[in-house]
Amino acid sequence: MKRKLSSKIKERAIEGILLLSALSSIFITLSIVFILFYEASGFFRDVSIWEFLTGTQWTPLFAQPKFGILPLVSGTLLVTGIAVLVALPVGLIVAVYLSEYAPFKIKEVAKPILELLAAVPTVVYGYFALLFLTPILRNFIPELSGFNALSPGIIMGIMIIPYVSSVSEDSMKAVPMQIREGSYAMGATKFQTAFKVVIPSAFSGIAAAFIIGISRAIGETMVVAIAAGMMPNLTLNPIEPIQTLTAYIVGVSLGDVPHGTLEYKTIFAAGITLFFMTLFLNILGFWFRRRIREVY
Amino acid sequence: MPHDEKITQEIRRRIAHNKFRDHLFWIIGLFSTLIGFVVLFTLIIDLFADGFPRLSWSFLTSYPSRFAEKAGILSAWVGTTLVMIVTAAAAVPLGIAAGVYLEEYSKKNWLTHLIEINMNNLAGVPSIIYGLLALGLFVYFLKLGESILTGGLTLGLLILPMVVIATRESIRAIPNSIREASYALGATKWQTIKDHILPYSISGILTGMIIGLSRAIGETAPIITVGALTFIAFLPSSPVTSTFPFFSFKWLFDPFTVMPIQMFNWISRPQKEFHVNAAAAGIILLLMTLIMNGFAIYLRYKFRKRIKW
Amino acid sequence: MTTIVSEKLKADVRNLSFYYTEVQALKKVNLPIAENRITALIGPSGCGKTTYLRCFNRMHDLYPGNRYDGEILLYPDGMNIVDPKVDPIEVRMRISMVFQKPNPFPKTVYENVAYGLRVRGENRKGLLDEKVEKALRQAALWDEVHDRIYDLAFNLSGGQQQRLCIARALATEPEILLFDEPTSALDPTATLKIEELIMRLKKDVTIIIVTHNMQQAARVSDYTAFMYLGEIIEFDRTDKIFTHPSKKLTEDYITGRFG
Repeated sequence: MKRKLSSKIKERAIEGILLLSALSSIFITLSIVFILFYEASGFFRDVSIWEFLTGTQWTPLFAQPKFGILPLVSGTLLVTGIAVLVALPVGLIVAVYLSEYAPFKIKEVAKPILELLAAVPTVVYGYFALLFLTPILRNFIPELSGFNALSPGIIMGIMIIPYVSSVSEDSMKAVPMQIREGSYAMGATKFQTAFKVVIPSAFSGIAAAFIIGISRAIGETMVVAIAAGMMPNLTLNPIEPIQTLTAYIVGVSLGDVPHGTLEYKTIFAAGITLFFMTLFLNILGFWFRRRIREVY
Repeated sequence: MPHDEKITQEIRRRIAHNKFRDHLFWIIGLFSTLIGFVVLFTLIIDLFADGFPRLSWSFLTSYPSRFAEKAGILSAWVGTTLVMIVTAAAAVPLGIAAGVYLEEYSKKNWLTHLIEINMNNLAGVPSIIYGLLALGLFVYFLKLGESILTGGLTLGLLILPMVVIATRESIRAIPNSIREASYALGATKWQTIKDHILPYSISGILTGMIIGLSRAIGETAPIITVGALTFIAFLPSSPVTSTFPFFSFKWLFDPFTVMPIQMFNWISRPQKEFHVNAAAAGIILLLMTLIMNGFAIYLRYKFRKRIKW
Repeated sequence: MTTIVSEKLKADVRNLSFYYTEVQALKKVNLPIAENRITALIGPSGCGKTTYLRCFNRMHDLYPGNRYDGEILLYPDGMNIVDPKVDPIEVRMRISMVFQKPNPFPKTVYENVAYGLRVRGENRKGLLDEKVEKALRQAALWDEVHDRIYDLAFNLSGGQQQRLCIARALATEPEILLFDEPTSALDPTATLKIEELIMRLKKDVTIIIVTHNMQQAARVSDYTAFMYLGEIIEFDRTDKIFTHPSKKLTEDYITGRFG
């Protein structure tokens, strides 16, 4: 019974279509890189990289435009820093608690709640930061400006806890029970076992979780666009209004941005800066995981 | 004798110290886990308290307006629905196809490795960068304009990695003995995929798709970047027409807005009355997200019981 | 080797070698397969009997890095099963397999049996109904499931599921039926039922069975081959192998001195 040639051709064709679909991921990455570089290069034809990287004022739409990216970068880093200060310790503690301590019943409730926490739309978080948290914080910090870095930073931190905790917990779960038993057999408590044995074993996964968290914070847009303000401000003071790279892009896009205008080019300049920041993080994460693998 | 007693006392003190730390951490851990619950709870209560007064049938069926009491989310939720249709149509077939290829066809070579690295990387790219990609590629280069089609394609690209990962995990759960049984009967690769692999993994894929769509519904930044409007008092063209051929594609190219943008627009207004509207829109958005996620969790649970490998 | 079998051959294995990437798992195996008879393969774990069996329906092709050498000639046309130019799907349409652990599809009993026919493009309900019933009768399952053929196969017992897999393999009227330790996952009652079934089937189809249960090989088969470390140590009529084996290694294995 010879298989028809048409059937063999059909098999090949289907494989080809499926391959193209898989290749789409490479295509998308290349497109992102290409578009960012292409449009940003248009920007850097008019603006010197030196001014861009070292200038301390970002006022591209003024009559006397200034193109220093530092205020936006500092805004991003400030909010990210606050978020990370909340999310990383709490996320790790939650992961340790869920993985080493929590009884099944508590885990069953906690995990869906954390999933839901991550699923809430960021505009809703932005609303919460601006209209709920900021007024409350004002009671403790009277000089807190209506738009500030502290409130969105805290909210973003809480938003990111699920990412940090679930990835950390997964890598802690992967640590075999025998290793824990070895520690318990020596009279160690859960706390000692968790911190002296499990966490070091799961280190590369936890580092990955941290990097995912930081990455997520850097790329967050709406919470900061709503609650941090739209004024570039080179400062490390969390009670002042600031603008992040992401909020700038959104702010400009709310208006009319015809192709090829200066505003159009500036959002790509901000975009490529963001791209390099997350790329740096990814490489750091990759390098980290490599090193840990060698050590263990 | 007193020497031994001293050592025993020392040991007991050490144990008490360790146990104290252990119990302390237990409390800290529980407390930290509760933070998430407390925040979620507070957020929901706050949103409801602020926005409930505005919730009404007319809120759902009115256009935005200069007067907060008259403003509604009609154009926004219609826009969201239409954009979601495009998003699903873009992400689901492409994602399933890519997932099937990676699990059933690909060999462990450099190309597969490259594809996987890219897929994992794309899952972590900030959503606003997808917006910039779409602006350059869809809006201007492909001249699709600031339309529903562009918005849907952008979000489709955004959730593509989620669909691929869900597809791959579902397919991986199918034991190899089933594949061997199919091939042993003389089935080709595509027959095995069409008759066995896809039908048995569809529930997992569906779950992934719902979770992806629920994420897409809440996405604001990339949609603003591709030029969605923040104030529109009209609906896109209807997909169904009264003349032959009874459906049209014009709506794909119409301007639009979506729910999160409408909420964002109202928050940005200084007048307190609009904040009430924003809260009401937020309630609806949150409900949609929670229902979809809840449904996905339910599906996952139900299908896990049906096919027991 | 061929002189041992004086009957008509269904297949002839000539100098068959098989490599898992660099490791040689089969070393120049020669074995005639008599038509409408049951040939059993016995030997300790890792001797290569399952590897050998899976060459017959090109199962190894599903995994990368495998290589065949030598020939398996299928009669009457003399096609070389392991020739790379021969389409494995063609081979599998003529040679079916029953696996160690029952692996029915998560579909109805009917659809399980009908699948092999559908794959061949047969979709006419009348014809399918007929062939499904015939296969289920051949597998001694019809009486037990005829009133629930539209039930999910998963609801059958372990022994019934294995007979379902046999029916599924029979529905396409194969020329050779391969059994890979078909009863090792079943209880003694189910095992007995299947052994009786296999002996009844040989009038319709040529059978090759791999088993680690020597008594089963002695009960069921006409010819037996003893394998060790990828080679055929001894091959003969079953009664001769189990009463007067000519090689010491064979005798040691049969008497339980090792394996």
